[in-house]
Amino acid sequence: MTEENKAKVDAIIRKWSGKRGALIMALHELQGQFGYVPWEEALYLGQELGIPMAKIYECLTFYNYFKVKAPGKYVISVCDGTACHIKGGASLLEELEKELGVPAGTTTDDGLFYVQVVRCLGCCGLAPVMVINGVTYGKLTTDKIKSILNEWRAKEGK
Amino acid sequence: MVEMTPEQIEKLKAVGRMQKDKLLQLGKDFTANNEKYDATIFTCNATSCHSGGGQNVYEALKQALETAGLTDRVRLVATGCMGLCAAGPMTRIEIKGRRPFLYKEMTPDVAHLIVEQHIKPLLGHPEIELKLAPHLEEKELSMDLPFFTKQRRVVLKHLGSSDPEDLGEYVANGGYQALIKCLFEMTPEQVLDEIKKSGLRGRGGGGFPTGKKWELLAKAPLVDGEKFIICNGDEGDPGAYMDSCILGGGAHSVLEGMLIAAYATGATSGWFYVRAEYPLALERVELAIKQAKKAGILGKNIFGTDFSFMAELRIGAGAFVCGEETALMMSLEGNKGTPRPRPPYPTEKGLFQKPTIINNVETWANVPQIILNGADWFASVGTETSKGTKVFALTGKVKHSGLVEVPMGTTVKEMVEDVGGGTSTGKPFKAVQTGGPSGGVIPAKELNLPLCYEELKKIGSMMGSGGMIVMDESDSMVEIAKFYLGFTVDESCGKCAPCRLGGYQMLKLLTKIAAGKGTHADLEKIKEIGSAMQKGSLCGLGQTSPNPVLSTIKYFPEEYEALLQDKDEKKGC
Repeated sequence: MTEENKAKVDAIIRKWSGKRGALIMALHELQGQFGYVPWEEALYLGQELGIPMAKIYECLTFYNYFKVKAPGKYVISVCDGTACHIKGGASLLEELEKELGVPAGTTTDDGLFYVQVVRCLGCCGLAPVMVINGVTYGKLTTDKIKSILNEWRAKEGK
Repeated sequence: MVEMTPEQIEKLKAVGRMQKDKLLQLGKDFTANNEKYDATIFTCNATSCHSGGGQNVYEALKQALETAGLTDRVRLVATGCMGLCAAGPMTRIEIKGRRPFLYKEMTPDVAHLIVEQHIKPLLGHPEIELKLAPHLEEKELSMDLPFFTKQRRVVLKHLGSSDPEDLGEYVANGGYQALIKCLFEMTPEQVLDEIKKSGLRGRGGGGFPTGKKWELLAKAPLVDGEKFIICNGDEGDPGAYMDSCILGGGAHSVLEGMLIAAYATGATSGWFYVRAEYPLALERVELAIKQAKKAGILGKNIFGTDFSFMAELRIGAGAFVCGEETALMMSLEGNKGTPRPRPPYPTEKGLFQKPTIINNVETWANVPQIILNGADWFASVGTETSKGTKVFALTGKVKHSGLVEVPMGTTVKEMVEDVGGGTSTGKPFKAVQTGGPSGGVIPAKELNLPLCYEELKKIGSMMGSGGMIVMDESDSMVEIAKFYLGFTVDESCGKCAPCRLGGYQMLKLLTKIAAGKGTHADLEKIKEIGSAMQKGSLCGLGQTSPNPVLSTIKYFPEEYEALLQDKDEKKGC
């Protein structure tokens, strides 16, 4: 763990130390800082807050929201809530997986894209929906997937 | 904790009394300032419209007003949910002396046209005829649509017509006056009676009488000086976003409901538990707590009374089971969210082993309205046993998809055909699904079914939190059952065997049937497992997860039958 990272974790520890039920919130903040929950930093957090690593690991793997590996630079969330599902959300995912060559829950080899399935983003009126790093694509059809990915690739000069 | 001297307490109370006057003044100041404007542009920036470009529309309107030099005559407000999400981003123009006008599918490029052609000519001349360019005219959305006229917005009343970040506006709209009424004119017992009399029932799904729940907490003694109330904002039903919008557009109304409950029950602090997937809701709850602390609405000796209360925000982490109250409390305590058997009920041993009650976001938001308008007013709406209104997220293959609030007892037909405007595909309507992964389908032949707790339960579905998915002829009921069961199997916490193993085996059989490889024996087995899960599972998730499967088998047996290998052998299902 670098000094810089340690300082970031220390700030989280200071905020949540001594507070009841702090673990989930502290993990949220860790993920907020690093994009995922890095092992060494989580271990340090646990030591300082007096929480065994087994319990931290239990929570990290129980809750869908936490990532234990660094995701790709661009996180693609495909909604498979009910409204999106019946309007073709699953076919969007298929197309994405085909286009990127990786299944959901993984990062592409070039480290650029991470694909995940989410359950409802709260904008069912726009179903089916996909979000890439905060940019929402609503009422989406499979034929648009390729050009959307190319737009993001172009940002990287690829 | 250091005990305060009587003098210190008296001083604190004096400050509190001033804070009450200051808060009410904040509302008056807002009204006075608002009257200066000749027109208001409300533009929706709730999650759905925001995702559809609502923020850009807001910026473009702001720019257009600045260019036209109209910022001191026209107020521009980014609001909470206006309701018709499918037609978003929506913008409503209100000019003094004229009927409100609604624009749908807004884009930033028409912002200056709206200011030039709609607002400028009509300012000060509300009687003249409105002349719009054809492509602007096309964007008009009639306010006379049954989508709007059939609704009765109580909880959502101010969502689409106020700034959710302005405490003054909330107060100007009657906000925190229910709390003040409770603190200064009512005893805790009277507040409790009023809620009981109103007939309010939990809006999170179960429909437990709210007043009864509160009474249990009121009777429970403090443990180590503490009792808790929790706001359940872990809206996990995929395809439902009522709580997200209520918190995003009216967090103060939820907080006020919690404060009133705390006064009635003697609870010492409150916790918001909100999904991590709802950034806007989280932001607004955080802001509401911050504003309330600053204004003296949260803290010690609130408004100079003996009533003290604090509230905190905790974030969920993507586990559907955490919507179940005992699992939610486990999560709040910083553990993995698995349920535990009841009794002991949360009112005896709840969060951190202290007496606790949990209510859903929408339930809390109803409370201030009941106190302000009276229990009789609330009970005058709805059916014999389901009082008041209910918010639904009307989605799926329906034309006017969005967030709606209707009186309890509204029929499925009114919801789908009038409010929803029929199917979006033009194909015949087949069924609606309510209650999400815990609910069931209502087939087209039950169109006259009134939406209320008992009737929905009777036909094998449930109210749930308010997700309502419309399906047309082309949707396969076996597929939809598989979708929901797949979801609950994925979300099962694994603690009890009926849910962990039953769900998994049931899904295996259902997948087999969907692939055309199943038999009548498999179908019988599914029903058997389903019944065992309903009876034997530890918590609501497992008890209700067979519902989507069993209810589709009940109402659409022919769809299962058609997929069976031995379909020609007469057995019936």
